[in-house]
Amino acid sequence: MRFATLTAAALALSSAAAVAQDYPTGPITIVVPFSAGGPTDTVTRLVAEPMSKTLGQQIVVQNVGGAGGTLGATQVAKAAPDGYTLLLHHIGMSTAPSLYPDLAFDPAADFAPIGLVTSVPMTIIARKDFPPNTLEELIAYVKENADTVTYANAGIGAASHLCGMLFMSAIDVELVTVPYQGTGPAMTDLIGGQVDFMCDQTTNTTGQIHGGEVKAYAVTSPERLDSLPDLPTTAEAGLPDFTLGIWHGLYAPAGTPQEALDKLNAALKTAVADPNVATRFAELGTAPATAEEATPEALATTLTEQIALWKPLIEAAGAKAQ
Amino acid sequence: MDLLAHLSLGFETALTPVNLLYCFVGVLLGTLVGVLPGIGPTATIAMLLPITFSFEPVTALIMLAGIYYGAQYGGSTTAILINLPGESSSAVTAIDGYQMARKGQAGPALATAALGSFFAGTVATFILVLAAPPLARAALSFGPPEYFSLIVLGLVASIALAHGSILKALAMIVLGLLLGMVGQDIYTGTPRFTFGFFELYSGINFVSVAVGIFGVAEILRNLETETTRDVMVKRVSNLWLTGEQFRRIAAPVLRGTALGSALGVLPGGGHVLSSFASYSIEKRVAKNPAEFGHGAIEGVAGPESANNAAAQTSFIPLLTLGIPAHPVMALMIGAFIIQGITPGPNVINDQPALFWGIIVSMWVGNLMLVLLNLPLIGLWVKLLTVPYRVLFPAIVIFASVGCYAIASNNFDVYGIALFGILGYVLVKLGCEPAPLLLGFVLGPLLEEHLRRAMILSRGDPTIFVTRPISAVLLALSVAALIVAVLPSVRRKRDEVFVEED
Repeated sequence: MRFATLTAAALALSSAAAVAQDYPTGPITIVVPFSAGGPTDTVTRLVAEPMSKTLGQQIVVQNVGGAGGTLGATQVAKAAPDGYTLLLHHIGMSTAPSLYPDLAFDPAADFAPIGLVTSVPMTIIARKDFPPNTLEELIAYVKENADTVTYANAGIGAASHLCGMLFMSAIDVELVTVPYQGTGPAMTDLIGGQVDFMCDQTTNTTGQIHGGEVKAYAVTSPERLDSLPDLPTTAEAGLPDFTLGIWHGLYAPAGTPQEALDKLNAALKTAVADPNVATRFAELGTAPATAEEATPEALATTLTEQIALWKPLIEAAGAKAQ
Repeated sequence: MDLLAHLSLGFETALTPVNLLYCFVGVLLGTLVGVLPGIGPTATIAMLLPITFSFEPVTALIMLAGIYYGAQYGGSTTAILINLPGESSSAVTAIDGYQMARKGQAGPALATAALGSFFAGTVATFILVLAAPPLARAALSFGPPEYFSLIVLGLVASIALAHGSILKALAMIVLGLLLGMVGQDIYTGTPRFTFGFFELYSGINFVSVAVGIFGVAEILRNLETETTRDVMVKRVSNLWLTGEQFRRIAAPVLRGTALGSALGVLPGGGHVLSSFASYSIEKRVAKNPAEFGHGAIEGVAGPESANNAAAQTSFIPLLTLGIPAHPVMALMIGAFIIQGITPGPNVINDQPALFWGIIVSMWVGNLMLVLLNLPLIGLWVKLLTVPYRVLFPAIVIFASVGCYAIASNNFDVYGIALFGILGYVLVKLGCEPAPLLLGFVLGPLLEEHLRRAMILSRGDPTIFVTRPISAVLLALSVAALIVAVLPSVRRKRDEVFVEED
């Protein structure tokens, strides 16, 4: 009996090792914790294509939306750590522990980082007829009219919500925040002049900025963007310490075999170096992660730093999802 | 002359063989997913997005658009035949359409839906061609207070959805409003009625509610007795409209088209209201309102036209401003982005072939749909002769698979079972599902716009009466209420609302 158990255990071990060596032998699922067609979904599909070529297996993108991305992340945290279920999540991975105290997973302990994918810059924009014309004027105006100015965001934990908190903390002002369900309706009301200003990812704002439907003040990246060359960075426009990128990372469940992680990381590195991916990302106003960024170490560092950055900001703002 | 140049550019683009082919593929797929219970256009477009990677942008968008409005056609088919609406718009069609089918009038009901939709689609496409940018501009004058007042008007008017007791209809609306409250409050993030389940944070899935409360409940009711099941199957009579029926649907189709075209342009929920509003209007102007709920052809013609017109004009905010009116439009934005086109006000100038090509393809697609659907009516009606032991499990399986495919959330599938039982209990109690669904759909919108308007006004409720559009809409709601309670019209109202039996 004992012999049988041992043999079975040995067999299981050797087959596990074999599985890792042959990996991948079947299709891989990347869970996107947001709905299809959104910026994170687009980013995922753009890197999944070349990764699938490198790995020689199909990559299925599965959208598990809901609860600010925590539902999809929970699903992957609980998935078998075999390298066949991955998660592509953005900055929300680092804000979830502060926003959701009853979170069913620990972003640092329950995931094995594979690498950073991209960091999408944000733009600070306002309705067309909003009086201030530069970022400095905006800051002065907002401070002076703090009781009438309205800031729109796309919901709790959304990029625009985070950017708003960071902005208000940077200029030390409390504003009335108007939440929307997604950037679409928020943009509608901004163009319609119902709200005053917002800050959202270039993926959502570039078209309206080019079309002259909204007024743009600054981009939150350290460098100017090729897609919006006339727009100054926040540092140039008068907010030197204010930079924000919606960074996206690829994760596997903790306990995934090292061989699988290495292969996935190699595939990710190839994907972010792919010129086609760079072109597509540039159209979205962003750039793929560099070879140094597309590493487990870089993602782990970013995650730890960002969790520490957002915790006090979110607590100060009193934002809680429960 | 600009217009002719634009149109000819559009036709040049839309009529290339490859675009024609994918337009057809799109509307065919759309019809199929519309007919299959549960799998709606949102899930289909989400699943097909990656395939369109390799297409030319205009081809990809023509196909995806085709899926969307094709599904509007197909959705009414299941609503009429088996009381299974896949979307809020077809829930209204189910009220009278299904009753027509039970009386052996499935053919005329389906033909009415197809013809009404085609007419509405054609008119709405011309509206897109003629006035898309100014209309989008006008729609932007609707802010949170205006949407709130519009939805209030919609709710007040929709009491007409009920054909039984008014009290029960009101109870159903309130129950629907409560169900709509489930999920995370978007303003504070506080979870409501979620019982600690993260799966309920995004609220209850609409498809679960609609499929359960209409379709599964109807299946359960049918299983009660062997005899009631055979009634509808054997009495499938004519497949086409009689002259009398043509005469009856003409005015409702025109009114529905006008109403749907106008409401569809509003990105904040106008699309949802169109079919409900059209049904209410038809019931109010009808000579014999008591027939509504028992198979009135006007109750199919008006809402179907309104729904399809709104489906077309809801592209206006997307194409001219790059803002989505509903989840399907949000997916279309994703499709634009994947194709390397930034949706926004510049598309019309930077990509005229794409812009006009898509619009013209919508008309071409509508033509294809009517040509595709009219001959299919005979086939669909035959579907009713499929034995129930095959049909019922198939419906439940398709519905569950489709529901699961939307967000891979088990709770959406549990919801079908739960709401099926609830729906059955409600049928037994003589309560109708349509007002519940209306409350469920409009409740969250009502709350969202009310609270947003109050945040914008810093808690000052006069914002609803000081903004002119909002004030007019509220005045209309009050007028509708007064008309309902005035003793002089009381008798007429009783005729409208009380069942004759």
